Amino acid sequence: MLSRKASCDSHGQDSSYFLGWQEYEKNPYHPVHNPAGIIQMVLAENQLSFDIIESWLQKNPDILGLKRDGVSLFRSLALFQDYHGLPDFKNALVDYMAKIRGNKIKFAPNKLVLTAGATPANETLMFCLAEPGEAFLLPTPYYPGFDRDLKWRTGVEIVPIHCSSSNGFRITSSTLEQAYQQAQKLNLNVKGVLVTNPSHPLVITMNRAELNLLIDFAIDYNVHIVSDEIYSGTVFDSPKFVSVIELVMERKLYDADIWNRIHIVYSLSKVLGVPGFRVGMIYSNNETVVTTATKMSSFGMVSSQTQFLLASLLSDEKFTEKYMKETQRRLKRQREMLVSGLRNAGIQCLKSNAGLFCWVDMRHLLRWDSFEAEKELWKKIVCEVGLNISAGSSCHCSEPGWFRICFANMSQDTLRVAMQRMKAFTDSRSSAVESATVYRLRTLKHAASPHYFLQDL
Amino acid sequence: MKMRLLSRKATCNTHGQDSSYFLGWQEYEKNPYDEVLNPKGIIQMGLAENQLSFDFLESWLAKNPDVAAFKRDGKSIFPELALFQDYHGLPAFKKALVDFMAEIRGNKVTFDPNHIVLTAGATSANETLMFCLAEPGEAFLLPTPYYPGFDRDLKWRPGVEIVPIQCTSSNNFQITEAALQQAYQEAEKRNLRVKGVLVTNPSNPLGTTMSRNELNLLIDFISDKDMHLISDEIYSGTVFSSPGFVSVMEILNENNSLKDQVWDRVHVVYSLSKDLGLPGFRVGAIYSNNDTVIDAARKMSSFGVVSSQTQYLLSAMLSDKKFTRNYITQNQKRLKRRQRMLISGLQKAGISCLESNAGLFCWVDMRHLLQSNTFEAEMELWKKIVYDVRLNISPGSSCHCTEPGWFRVCFANMSEQTLELAMKRLKAFVVELTANGCSQSRTEFSSWNSKRKSLPKWVFRLSSRDREQEEP
Repeated sequence: MLSRKASCDSHGQDSSYFLGWQEYEKNPYHPVHNPAGIIQMVLAENQLSFDIIESWLQKNPDILGLKRDGVSLFRSLALFQDYHGLPDFKNALVDYMAKIRGNKIKFAPNKLVLTAGATPANETLMFCLAEPGEAFLLPTPYYPGFDRDLKWRTGVEIVPIHCSSSNGFRITSSTLEQAYQQAQKLNLNVKGVLVTNPSHPLVITMNRAELNLLIDFAIDYNVHIVSDEIYSGTVFDSPKFVSVIELVMERKLYDADIWNRIHIVYSLSKVLGVPGFRVGMIYSNNETVVTTATKMSSFGMVSSQTQFLLASLLSDEKFTEKYMKETQRRLKRQREMLVSGLRNAGIQCLKSNAGLFCWVDMRHLLRWDSFEAEKELWKKIVCEVGLNISAGSSCHCSEPGWFRICFANMSQDTLRVAMQRMKAFTDSRSSAVESATVYRLRTLKHAASPHYFLQDL
Repeated sequence: MKMRLLSRKATCNTHGQDSSYFLGWQEYEKNPYDEVLNPKGIIQMGLAENQLSFDFLESWLAKNPDVAAFKRDGKSIFPELALFQDYHGLPAFKKALVDFMAEIRGNKVTFDPNHIVLTAGATSANETLMFCLAEPGEAFLLPTPYYPGFDRDLKWRPGVEIVPIQCTSSNNFQITEAALQQAYQEAEKRNLRVKGVLVTNPSNPLGTTMSRNELNLLIDFISDKDMHLISDEIYSGTVFSSPGFVSVMEILNENNSLKDQVWDRVHVVYSLSKDLGLPGFRVGAIYSNNDTVIDAARKMSSFGVVSSQTQYLLSAMLSDKKFTRNYITQNQKRLKRRQRMLISGLQKAGISCLESNAGLFCWVDMRHLLQSNTFEAEMELWKKIVYDVRLNISPGSSCHCTEPGWFRVCFANMSEQTLELAMKRLKAFVVELTANGCSQSRTEFSSWNSKRKSLPKWVFRLSSRDREQEEP
């Protein structure tokens, strides 16, 4: 009666990523009304800088009223459904994107396609670049939403590039090769590699070595690179953010085929904290991709009301300067709170320089080295400690015991409470002989997957 | 073997955007009419927009500045809205929307906000329903003529086929039992599994509401064949004269036994683009009693969520019942008046229309102006009207009409003066045309018509004539 897409569950929305969310909804923390409730640490949202935007809105009531220079633009905006997007908005966006990259690159507005969020941007790229049954390689761990965004309606397959903690989860040429071979074994045509940079959930920026590796691989195998740079505006520490497109330009590959196979995805959801406004985009040097993606954006366009507001906001250079500086400062401060709070509880994080969360190492808290143990630990943390965090397995991490913990979606007070609870939890768990043994075993065996580990035993 | 760099979807042209529907649009863009700056330019009559009632919206906005300013009871709710990305939609907006939909239907139907899915426009809603109801290669039956955008929205990414239900002027293009059966058999011949029927009600491009008879026919048909019915009711608020609008949901409510059988196979699509004239705000919806469809469609709506800023603004506007009551009535009055203007202008030029009671356009009969009863002649006439008369109108072939000579002409997207000018130009053109004896006589035409058989292949071949030139 219905399509397979409607009745199956490859939309991936039954993963624990969403289950924990449901638990939170039943018992949400509130400092006054429900101080014993679950603290939401799974939402990668930037709630730290609204005041800066609100103050700008206060000073610009006309824009909210859809006016410019006292003249109402309501009619023209109400009718504006051109999928090429509001020119002012695209101009403001490319300037802003350049600013984020330290003005080392200039972007052309006619290579930009607006979409209702990064979600449709990624899906649209799959529709443009691959047939159903073809594959993209993705480094693990990766954003759980990709299972839905890249695969569900497009029929594209994901083949993981297994990254491990042994080298800080960096992509290597051997892991790339391995993934490619795996795809061949599965009879899948690889159309490209999709990375998030800064990485989600690792929140480290890709270094030049990785980026060059990626570019060489894409050249050798004649595949595309999709770089989802949704977190690029949240880089608050060194090393600075380097985009793949910057490197391709540095290597003067303008006339090479690879030039047409690099595509960037971006969104204002993370840096401006406006996921509700649904503003995303695709940037590509490939004319056919831009033309096709523009037509496909009919299926998910940005509201003209929103385009107008954000065009004005982002064109205000004073605002963007202040906003970027201040946001980075606040993110860094909040991240420090989380890292030191966890350290206090005997927990380490992967050293990061961006994003709205940390990639946290709780391998030593596992009762044994397996994903079942990870799930057990996760349930305890959600239900007993009262912190909703994301388990690494939901991000397809190949090593059990890693968790993603968000810090930018709450006040400092709430974060403090969360850290206190964590400390209390680990203190109570310091009958850690068992866990120490597991941890020692873990560091001895450099397992890429639980199955591999078990075979060794 | 060298692998294809891009997908077939990216390099083919099943997005249908090479049809004349869009080509005329392009011509207009090169030479747009402006009363002052370009009085000889092309007048846009191919755009189904409602520009007649903005003053109501603007005046409401002026009286309610807080809403656009992200305020509720004087307090800023910016953070709450900025963060609101829940694809279940803003509850206040869904409630306001279903109430508005009920009001448009004279409150003869009520809708449950839990059964509505918000999408970024009806374009997204229709595509999503295809993904939910059909596999690639399966088919939906659509009565012709139909909105050209469906070739893209239903077929492109979902890979669904459209099989036309051939409607003809002999009975004012109403759907008949025979046409339905014929379409179904045509699908079978082509080895296509039919998953449902999709209709627009009121119809685009006909501008007519479906009769109870047609609706009952459809329901019987889908019940018998065990398939879905999608009713795109995007123009439901533009019904300005009798017979009134009857939604398929109303028919279902009236007939309990049928209701049980087909209840979960009837889905309605809606949007605020036409009724409120807000296509830029991207507000559409799917309504269905089928929980699985709603569940899947809701998740799919992640790919086209309505901006929370817009949801909030419109929830306040549509919750204002004084406003909606007044708007619905006044808007319909103005549409009626404007339609009458177009009809009388056309009459003066010796051109008649299909009798219509809704929509933002008329379905105009220019068969007598064709040099011959062919689609080539229709294209010739269309080109003359676009380039010489400088009116961008939509030729019936772009809507897959089976009879040459029909055109869709919009009336709600321009001022009265512009419409008058358009009619003057058209009259001058017809006078010249008939003076030169360039068109068929009426007697020749009617004798041809009685021998005519529907030729679906011709329609596709003709409207794809331009496409063929571009194929690699």
